[in-house]
Amino acid sequence: MPPSMTKSSANKLTNGDVFHRTSNGKTSSRRNGFVKNHCLFQQPQQKNPRPSENNHVVSRTTNASLYNKVFVEQFEETPLLVAVLTYMGYGILTIFGYLRDFLRHWGMEKCHVAREREEQKDFVPLYQDFENFYTRNLYMRIRDNWNRPICSVPGAKMDLLERASKDYNWTFQHTGKLVKDVINMGSYNYLGFAENTGRCADAATESTHHYGIGVGSTRYEMGNLDIHEELEQLVARFLGVESSMAFGMGFATNSMNIPALAGKGCLILSDELNHASLVLGARLSGSIIRVFKHNNMVSLEKLLRDAIVHGQPRTRRPWKKILILVEGIYSMEGSIVRLPEVIALKKRYKAFLYLDEAHSIGALGPRGGGVVDYFALDPKDVDIMMGTFTKSFGAAGGYIGGKRELIDYLRSHSHSAIYATSMSPPVSQQIITSMKIIMGEDGTTLGVVRLRQLSENTTYFRRKLREMGFIIYGNDDSPVVPMMLYMPAKIGAFGREMLKRNIGTVVVGFPATPIIESRARFCVSAAHTRDILDTALEAISEVGDILQLKYSRHQRLPHLPSSLGSWSTEESLLQEPSHVKPSVINPG
Amino acid sequence: MLFIDYSSAFNTIISTKLRTLGLNTSICNWILDFLMGSPQAPAYHLVLEGILILWIIRLLFSKTYKLQERSDLTEKEKEDLIEEWQPEPLVPPMSKDHPSLNYDIVTGPPSHKIIVNGKECINFASFNFLGFLDNERVKQKALTSLRRYGVGTCGPRGFYGTFDVHLELEDRLAKFMKTEEAIIYSYGFATIASAIPAYSKRGDIVFVDEAACFSIQKGLQASRSFIKYFKHNDMEDLERLLKEQEIEDQRNPRKARVTRRFIIVEGLYINTADVCPLPDLVKLKYKYKVRIFLEESMSFGVLGEHGRGVTEHFGVNIDDIDLISANMENAVASIGGFCCGRSFVIDHQRLSGQGYCFSASLPPMLAAAAIEALNIMEEDPVVILIWFRFFIFMYDLVNKYFQIDSYSAVKSVIGEVYAPALHLQLERSSGSRDTDVRMLRSIVDYCLERQIALTLARYLDKEERFLPPPSIRVVVTIEQTEEDIEKAASCIREAALAILK
Repeated sequence: MPPSMTKSSANKLTNGDVFHRTSNGKTSSRRNGFVKNHCLFQQPQQKNPRPSENNHVVSRTTNASLYNKVFVEQFEETPLLVAVLTYMGYGILTIFGYLRDFLRHWGMEKCHVAREREEQKDFVPLYQDFENFYTRNLYMRIRDNWNRPICSVPGAKMDLLERASKDYNWTFQHTGKLVKDVINMGSYNYLGFAENTGRCADAATESTHHYGIGVGSTRYEMGNLDIHEELEQLVARFLGVESSMAFGMGFATNSMNIPALAGKGCLILSDELNHASLVLGARLSGSIIRVFKHNNMVSLEKLLRDAIVHGQPRTRRPWKKILILVEGIYSMEGSIVRLPEVIALKKRYKAFLYLDEAHSIGALGPRGGGVVDYFALDPKDVDIMMGTFTKSFGAAGGYIGGKRELIDYLRSHSHSAIYATSMSPPVSQQIITSMKIIMGEDGTTLGVVRLRQLSENTTYFRRKLREMGFIIYGNDDSPVVPMMLYMPAKIGAFGREMLKRNIGTVVVGFPATPIIESRARFCVSAAHTRDILDTALEAISEVGDILQLKYSRHQRLPHLPSSLGSWSTEESLLQEPSHVKPSVINPG
Repeated sequence: MLFIDYSSAFNTIISTKLRTLGLNTSICNWILDFLMGSPQAPAYHLVLEGILILWIIRLLFSKTYKLQERSDLTEKEKEDLIEEWQPEPLVPPMSKDHPSLNYDIVTGPPSHKIIVNGKECINFASFNFLGFLDNERVKQKALTSLRRYGVGTCGPRGFYGTFDVHLELEDRLAKFMKTEEAIIYSYGFATIASAIPAYSKRGDIVFVDEAACFSIQKGLQASRSFIKYFKHNDMEDLERLLKEQEIEDQRNPRKARVTRRFIIVEGLYINTADVCPLPDLVKLKYKYKVRIFLEESMSFGVLGEHGRGVTEHFGVNIDDIDLISANMENAVASIGGFCCGRSFVIDHQRLSGQGYCFSASLPPMLAAAAIEALNIMEEDPVVILIWFRFFIFMYDLVNKYFQIDSYSAVKSVIGEVYAPALHLQLERSSGSRDTDVRMLRSIVDYCLERQIALTLARYLDKEERFLPPPSIRVVVTIEQTEEDIEKAASCIREAALAILK
């Protein structure tokens, strides 16, 4: 790759639009002129990526020539007042937490926490007292927003079991009533394959009759069914790779295969927001782990250069290999990995790339092939293609795809292939059938329709939320839509208010997010109809007004509807090939 | 060499002494001048000393400066280094005939009759102890669930992935095991591997049996605790370690107060097919104040009158065990695993068990299948009793063939009478693990030809902490008849005679 290309083309978008960079950026790029000759992505990056003059950050679309489409990602800056209030909120909660702990200690407040047995009181305590401070005093107050039991298909609408608590969420009782037809904005049902009727369910039924439920052995011993082989061939074809292997659990696919690929003397470069399973896998491998800033190619390149130049710490030997771990869509940020740049870097520095497409497979790209398909890249450029079947395929498990040698090696060295029971046959069948539908191999266009529906729903939902004035994180094309709540009290309030309006949403706070960036997360699905989305949006807007969640200081579009009646006129916007408005790119 | 008598340096100068050192007159005069003149020129002296000190300081600093300079590569050099560096291949090359490249292919259900590589065999390889793999009742329940919930859950337990079936299964498991609470995982392997690091953290101490299975080893690795292995089922060795620790604790009581201790054992060891001495372990637990985690994947549904595992087998109060984990992939013949125990212990995993929090939940149809399997186990505990006869029969039979027979020297049986999965090992190793494995594999192939499906116990040779010797695993299930077992035993013997000659 010619090193000079980044400079000349950095400011141009492929479609000819000129991307106006702030002058501040340009000067700094000139200052680093020499370095640029060597580094691929010595971006003209500001020291402070969130400049004060414009309060929201649009993703830096540098190296645009690598992209075949406009890449827009937004992370609007937290308003200062909100940040201060959020910290105050935590402060108050902490003070009250200590107060209540004090009262509990002296028996003035009833303590609901399960106690250690009398016989084992003199053992070393199983938990340190402070360990559970957060759980006891913060999480417990709003615990009813999680683990809500459902008793139907997790499709576009679902039924919830009604729970009640008489002791402020320490215990729950089921009232026996159902909350019917709750709009499901929480499940990762991107393509709507969570179904109990239709082709997939029929095929799974057939397979249950034929094979039964379990397998009772590992792949390497006596658990290698023909259906597993069929699944793996199909997955390889779907991904466009030579070979693939399927595993029974998505989490374990990461945590049990990374140790087979890297070991002592290897370096793992991991995105700071990588999923727990990747982190665990990296840790179990015994390699050295270094973390780069989220989706920040400059940070990644710096780590790569330093690693190769300096070698291993202390011994100074060169690294055996370098493995880059990234995800396709980051499930808490809604951002999409800057894959073209990562691939350019990994080629330049001879590193290997492990791409976790847990959320993106099926959910992105014109053929549902994940980020590789989305950016129209060659799957051969990604060394290890990993993904899960839980989300888009409505099943369970995970896969790894790649070159034949890689998969052959995993077959004999993956912890999962040798020690873990193989996949359940009906689950495998569900994946086979749904994947064939996505690929159009069933002879219908149902798959294409679902893919298009998902992409339209995503664009529509994201645009509407933004217009309403919420702060939305992530890429415009990502079906994971995080909406910022910030304050801890609003986590519980939002979840409850939404449920009152019959909408099930996911709310997340610390430790899944940075402490002040609590958020609600919506997962758009192809199963959502426009009506469902409109109902949900209306409710979100209403709750947003009550809780004052419309933080965005982004200039609102003039046609922002106060009532939600005029949406039909905007439909045409969705059909435009480039749905990115210039105002989004260059807010300054 | 100059000798100057410092005690009287400024009083008297013995010039003769200088002469004797062999210095010529002019130098001696200069020295005398300098020394005697110095009291008259203090400024000169001070400046000189000052310069000296500065020079020393400069020396000190310039040294580190130089070091830094040396490691500061120019861009050109860096570029060359980057060009030069060649990583190892992502995976080492594999030989084309590696056995893992050709897994045995099972067509159709892996139940009592199994079609391996196109040949119908009697299954002595799957952990289908209670024959639930193709049980019609289990299938029907799973199908009913499939028609209600679909296949996948599309979410982790926290985010709309908790189904009423999960709650029911947890409740049923807790009741079945007579514990306060149970928690289910969606993958058997991940169960104990997630449970251990939820409690045992950096700095804590874990005492583990050497024969512990791989998922325990991975859990320990993830916990980053301090691990002490004791010899397999050797309570004296364990007590020795506990005593050592006690002495250590007395030396540092402050640290001891916050260091959690755990003993982690398996109920019925998958790698050795023998039972842990649980009553002794419980005694040690209270004596040394250590918590016990028990992994019962092989013994759940197998040992004890009702299939509750080793606690029932030994009549140990289940509350004395802090955590019991088992998978539902063997006797229960579904997928997933569970942990059970007191709420005080188990509930913690709902926020700290990584495999629980961060993974999609168990497909409801698999949970429903597990519930139905539990129903059958509860309704008909006699099943387990009848099945016991089979173990004993098998054990006797195999023993008869391989221990008493004059050719017995070639094989040995590892495991106890009530182990449903026995290991057949070579009595005398050929010295190379590869050859041993190949020989055992030929026995397996010989039996496959004659419609007995067996398998080698597979391990990751390089990853196992204590690699068990190669073995053939023979699994007894309730569906096998006495004739089946007899046939298998004689077939293995034939093969052993033919191949191990």
